[in-house]
Amino acid sequence: MAGVRRRPKHRKGSPPPATPVLDATPAGPVPLDEIERRIINGLQGGFPIRERPFLEAATTLGLGEDELIERIERLFKLGVLTRFGPLFNADRLGGINVLAAMALPESDFDRVAAFVNAQPEIAHNYRREHQFNLWFVGAAETPEKVESTFHYIESVSGYPVYRFPKEREFFVELKLHV
Amino acid sequence: MTGLTTNRQAVPVDALDLRLITATQSGLPLVPRPYHAIAEQIGLSVEEVMARLTRMLETGAIRRIGLVPNHYALGYRANGMSVWDVADDRVVELGEQIGSLVFVSHCYVRPRCLPLWPYNLFAMLHGKSREEVTAYAEEIRALLGEACGASDILYSRGILKKTGLRIT
Repeated sequence: MAGVRRRPKHRKGSPPPATPVLDATPAGPVPLDEIERRIINGLQGGFPIRERPFLEAATTLGLGEDELIERIERLFKLGVLTRFGPLFNADRLGGINVLAAMALPESDFDRVAAFVNAQPEIAHNYRREHQFNLWFVGAAETPEKVESTFHYIESVSGYPVYRFPKEREFFVELKLHV
Repeated sequence: MTGLTTNRQAVPVDALDLRLITATQSGLPLVPRPYHAIAEQIGLSVEEVMARLTRMLETGAIRRIGLVPNHYALGYRANGMSVWDVADDRVVELGEQIGSLVFVSHCYVRPRCLPLWPYNLFAMLHGKSREEVTAYAEEIRALLGEACGASDILYSRGILKKTGLRIT
């Protein structure tokens, strides 16, 4: 079955890395023309599963097939797009995601954040402005595996991991408008 | 606080689906016949590729097919997780309404963690400034009305890690 992520063989006892893995300084806003805005607003979903999908999508958007493909290529080059294609749902493929948080003192933040990042089951990790200042998502093939990662983080870091598994998900759709 | 409950429902995918997922999860080729290109790459007929993608879209294994913009490149610099303490008997009904608001990208009911964490409804808000995000939160507050007690907005101060779905 679709393993969403695999655990490395040796992890117990490996010391928390000293250097935090911080990245993702985002690109600033990119100026877009009217056609590009139309594409971004109109193509966040519903791309057809047909022989000539770009032709059909382009017609809907009032563009030509080649023009649409060229514009999408350009938006990639500008860093406006991160992906074009099917967005798979890990839950429905037999995996599981669980949101969790920790409340860390400033003095320990970088060390613990880096340790959390180093776990392969951790998919997302954000710093947020709150007493609960570290928010991350554990993703694995089974709930037990996610739980074991959280437990491992607790035992090595000495801080509790607060679990926030979703009980109900409402229609999730990216609707960024430009 | 150790229970892992969720509304996930796994749908069966077979070995050919997995090949298709592996071949498309990083994106479709930008050519006039992308499904033909995928079909050729993994040795299936184009009819089979399109039928399997259609089925995965219908079952929810695929959420959507389209472009994924970079928030920051679009000028969405303020990213706030709004959290709300909503009466249990109304949280599902109100969550549906909030999830359909145009400025909410994700919306979930999650367990409270008392006494530290009284909030059970989470809605992710994206705006070009914190003022914009605050205004969205005010709209949510108005919609929740008396069903809601405390609330907060947790702004992101940085992405420490972000990896997409990786099928192995």
